[in-house]
Amino acid sequence: MDAIHEVLGRSALVSLTATAIALLLGVPLGTWLALSRLRGRRLMATFVNTGMAVPTVVIGLIVALFLWRSGPLGELELIYTLRGMIIAQILIATPLIAGITMAGLQALPPDLADQLRALGAGRAQLIVRLWLEARVPLLAAAMAGFGHAISEVGAATIVGGNIHGQTQVMTTSIVEQVGRGEFGEALIYAGVLLALAFTINALLTSVQQRAASWARS
Amino acid sequence: MRFRFPLAALIAIAAVGLPACGGDDDGGGTSSPPDRGRMLLATTTSTRDSGLLDELLPRFERQSGCSVKTLAVGSGEAMELGERRDADVLLVHSPEDEEAFMAEGHGASRKAVMHNDFVLLGPPDDPARIRQAADAPDALTRISEQEEPFASRGDDSGTHSKELSLWEAADVEPSGSWYFETGQGMGETLTIADQRQAYTLSDRGTFLATENLDSELLVEGGEDLLNPYHVIAVAGDEVNRECARAFSTWITSPGTQRAIGRFGVAEYGEPLFVPDAEG
Repeated sequence: MDAIHEVLGRSALVSLTATAIALLLGVPLGTWLALSRLRGRRLMATFVNTGMAVPTVVIGLIVALFLWRSGPLGELELIYTLRGMIIAQILIATPLIAGITMAGLQALPPDLADQLRALGAGRAQLIVRLWLEARVPLLAAAMAGFGHAISEVGAATIVGGNIHGQTQVMTTSIVEQVGRGEFGEALIYAGVLLALAFTINALLTSVQQRAASWARS
Repeated sequence: MRFRFPLAALIAIAAVGLPACGGDDDGGGTSSPPDRGRMLLATTTSTRDSGLLDELLPRFERQSGCSVKTLAVGSGEAMELGERRDADVLLVHSPEDEEAFMAEGHGASRKAVMHNDFVLLGPPDDPARIRQAADAPDALTRISEQEEPFASRGDDSGTHSKELSLWEAADVEPSGSWYFETGQGMGETLTIADQRQAYTLSDRGTFLATENLDSELLVEGGEDLLNPYHVIAVAGDEVNRECARAFSTWITSPGTQRAIGRFGVAEYGEPLFVPDAEG
């Protein structure tokens, strides 16, 4: 059995890395979805919303099918590794981050983009300005992506394998501990995950309040 | 006492509800038994993964009127559930723990049901050359000397404790990066061992029932690798004692024992379990 701090550290490492990469993918995607007037935008937004709703265990299964030795990417030997888990969590967090980014930017005052353009802002300046305006929703997107990634168990089990000392994370450890009838350590991880969920939702709530106050003003 | 009530029920059903119970009868029985409530059976992942319970339990439910909920867990947790009286009956394979369980007064009865055996599996090219091993402990010694990957359940299950006792017999303290623990059930561990081209210990039934494995059976036979299952009716007032007793009688009865001996022959060409009950 792993020491508690090892499991905590591993969970944080995997999910923080996955969230960082998911931010690099999800924020531009969400921005494009919010600002673009092109065709296909709707379809893409539907995909993102679907991605937010796909059970993580399904994503785990799909990733595993690719990473198993018999799968198309089997030669990379990523199954039952932290890198494999990071890939799965990127796929889990990216739609969430893109979706919240899109909603956050759309909640900005609708004429803000036009005003900035009138003031002579270039495309890059415009986007940076909008991101700054929407910094709280963007932070919320990052937190939600991280929260979703670190708290899921299905993909972590299938892709990671819960191997002690290598790929065991908080959630897979909880499942295992309860399976052995030992609740002590499981409750510690449960407490950590609860605290995270509370923090993240407090942030999301503050975003909603802010959006509401914009709507009123 | 126990036989009079079904008889009364039978008469009542014959009088009132005969048309209602056509259709899904089990040949022998002509009536539905009285509803005796829910019974929680805690058993090991190996019995579930082999498919034996799926085949047997519907017959028990029809005959006894007990509705069975099965919880497939490691033997360790199964006995925890029994100690907490959360389970009514256990079907487990961890003899030493079972004896302790009985000695502490948690069980009302314990009977031998059947056994299967464990086998050592590994990649087909067998880098540690355990095919040539004299017995299971010798095979494990070879694996540890070559530091070839070995996947352990690491979950306090009956299979895990069997594995540990084999390491003990081999006089090896398994540790190092070649030895890893999955903390999961047998099916999952077989898949992980297969993917990592690692050796592992499995019960024969789960190995035969798990598909898509490249791993091959490398070591089998020998006293060391026997895996006996016992049924334990949990003691205590909170327990559904009637069903627990009925189950433990039923699974050791000649008819069920014959069914156990036949199970898997059609699919795998050999029985997965050998019936053990006396009488």
